[in-house]
Amino acid sequence: MVKELKAEVKNLNFYYGDVHALKNINLPIARREVTALIGPSGCGKTTFLRCFNRMHDLYPHNRYEGDIILYPEKTNILSQEIDPIEIRMQISMVFQKPNPFPKSIYENVAYGLRVRGISKRQVLDEKVEKSLRGAALWDEAKDRLHKLAFDLSGGQQQRLCIARALATDPRILLFDEPTSALDPTATSKIEELIIELKNEVTIIIVTHNMQQAARVSDYTAFMYLGEIIEFDKTDKIFTAPSNKLTEEYITGRFG
Amino acid sequence: MGFINQTLNTKHQTLKKRIAITKFWDRIFLVAGLLSTLVGLVLLFALMADLFVNGFPRLSYKFFTSFPSRFPDQAGILSAWVGSFLVLLVTAFAAIPLGVAAGIYLEEYSRKNWLTDIIEINIANLAGVPSIVYGLLALGLFVYFFKFGESTLTGGLALALLILPMVIMATREAIRAIPNSIREASYALGATKWQTVQSHIIPYSTGGILTGVIIGLSRAIGETAPIITVGALTFIAFLPTSPFSSEFPFISFKWLMDPFTVMPIQMFNWVSRPQHEFQLNAAAAGIVLMVMTLLMNGIAIYIRYRFRMKIKW
Repeated sequence: MVKELKAEVKNLNFYYGDVHALKNINLPIARREVTALIGPSGCGKTTFLRCFNRMHDLYPHNRYEGDIILYPEKTNILSQEIDPIEIRMQISMVFQKPNPFPKSIYENVAYGLRVRGISKRQVLDEKVEKSLRGAALWDEAKDRLHKLAFDLSGGQQQRLCIARALATDPRILLFDEPTSALDPTATSKIEELIIELKNEVTIIIVTHNMQQAARVSDYTAFMYLGEIIEFDKTDKIFTAPSNKLTEEYITGRFG
Repeated sequence: MGFINQTLNTKHQTLKKRIAITKFWDRIFLVAGLLSTLVGLVLLFALMADLFVNGFPRLSYKFFTSFPSRFPDQAGILSAWVGSFLVLLVTAFAAIPLGVAAGIYLEEYSRKNWLTDIIEINIANLAGVPSIVYGLLALGLFVYFFKFGESTLTGGLALALLILPMVIMATREAIRAIPNSIREASYALGATKWQTVQSHIIPYSTGGILTGVIIGLSRAIGETAPIITVGALTFIAFLPTSPFSSEFPFISFKWLMDPFTVMPIQMFNWVSRPQHEFQLNAAAAGIVLMVMTLLMNGIAIYIRYRFRMKIKW
């Protein structure tokens, strides 16, 4: 079904201590397409997303089973031999609430590069401009690059966070309900951006907003109680779902 | 019918009475509370007024630049304020790195288990240990064991031990105020723990840490018991070696090992003299000490305010 694989999730199980949060998940991730994860609150979509950049390693008592294979070199993201930092250097994340650092706009975007030991002014300047353009924030930010990021509006802050995530040339970009704290105008800007970005990067987005999934994604996975109930092309999921549960959810009968 | 109305009426009457009684107690407490507050305020004010009336005439440039003397009108606080300043310098240099490092470790690195629980309880308890006990500890550890002698270094380190729990707790509170989303943002970009601590945790908690440090130092400057215990002199008519020297390497640390005295000890020394004039000197030194403390607290409040203006989570 998927043209070209960027990643493949195989028999993934995830545990918060004794809580079995993700159950036997299998999912292909298409290269340079948008894959949406939808489902009711608490179904495990964010938990699943955070497996891709090993965020769960930051907290104790979390345990993965299974594989997430990254293509083309077929490394297993979840392998205990791989340092989570190495994974996070390749897979970026945009969070639910805009979370810029209390630093300047410039330093926010440059931080990922600084972490990688890049400190040449010229390289940083170029990357910062390119990333801000990529996140459609350059025109608004170019005259105030050295002003505090907190002075931006919520939507601008979220685009700054996208620029920050883009600056390190990620192979996969993860979005965790990126518009849930934003107003409709800011939301549509972010959605346009996501559609544009898929020309360059593979995107996985968690959203509680089904219209959003329908608008931005190429593939959709419907999750329920820690399992993937149905995965298909987005058109198919929203027009002719094969599972009854999926149909009930997308028609708004529960969730 | 009339009977029912009557009962309703009496019910209403008793209710009114109850409200009146409760309101009466309300007023009683208002007055009692106000008086209690005034006792504190008036006493403090009286104390300050007394100090100022007695000590203010003695305050002069000469008072700050003279050594103590047998003659009350020639005596000054030069060795005392220099001593206090140098001791606080040692205290700050010792307590800040230790306290901040411990605070960062406890908040960012340590896993929560029984060991960290015990450490936590211990630190909270350390903050309540009487200061003279710290003096005894410093006497045993720095004077006898490390052979630092009855020096500025020993005094400074004793006070550093005293304020260490305060610095640790201020650090932890400041770090805890940083939202977890900031840490996650940093880690998600591939930062290591140390990179996150260095470029986010420390800079964003500096305001809170500095506030705690200054409040700790303002407590340390008035401490007498531990300083007496480690053997500070009560009468000292010379300054410690200058930290700057004319020959290479131009900086000298000999002052660390010199004997010293501090402001509260100088005050204590004067108060215990029979002559009334010395009491006036003590009052004047008291004003200086109090102004120093208030100034430090003022700086702490200002720093906290400035950082709050800059970083709003």
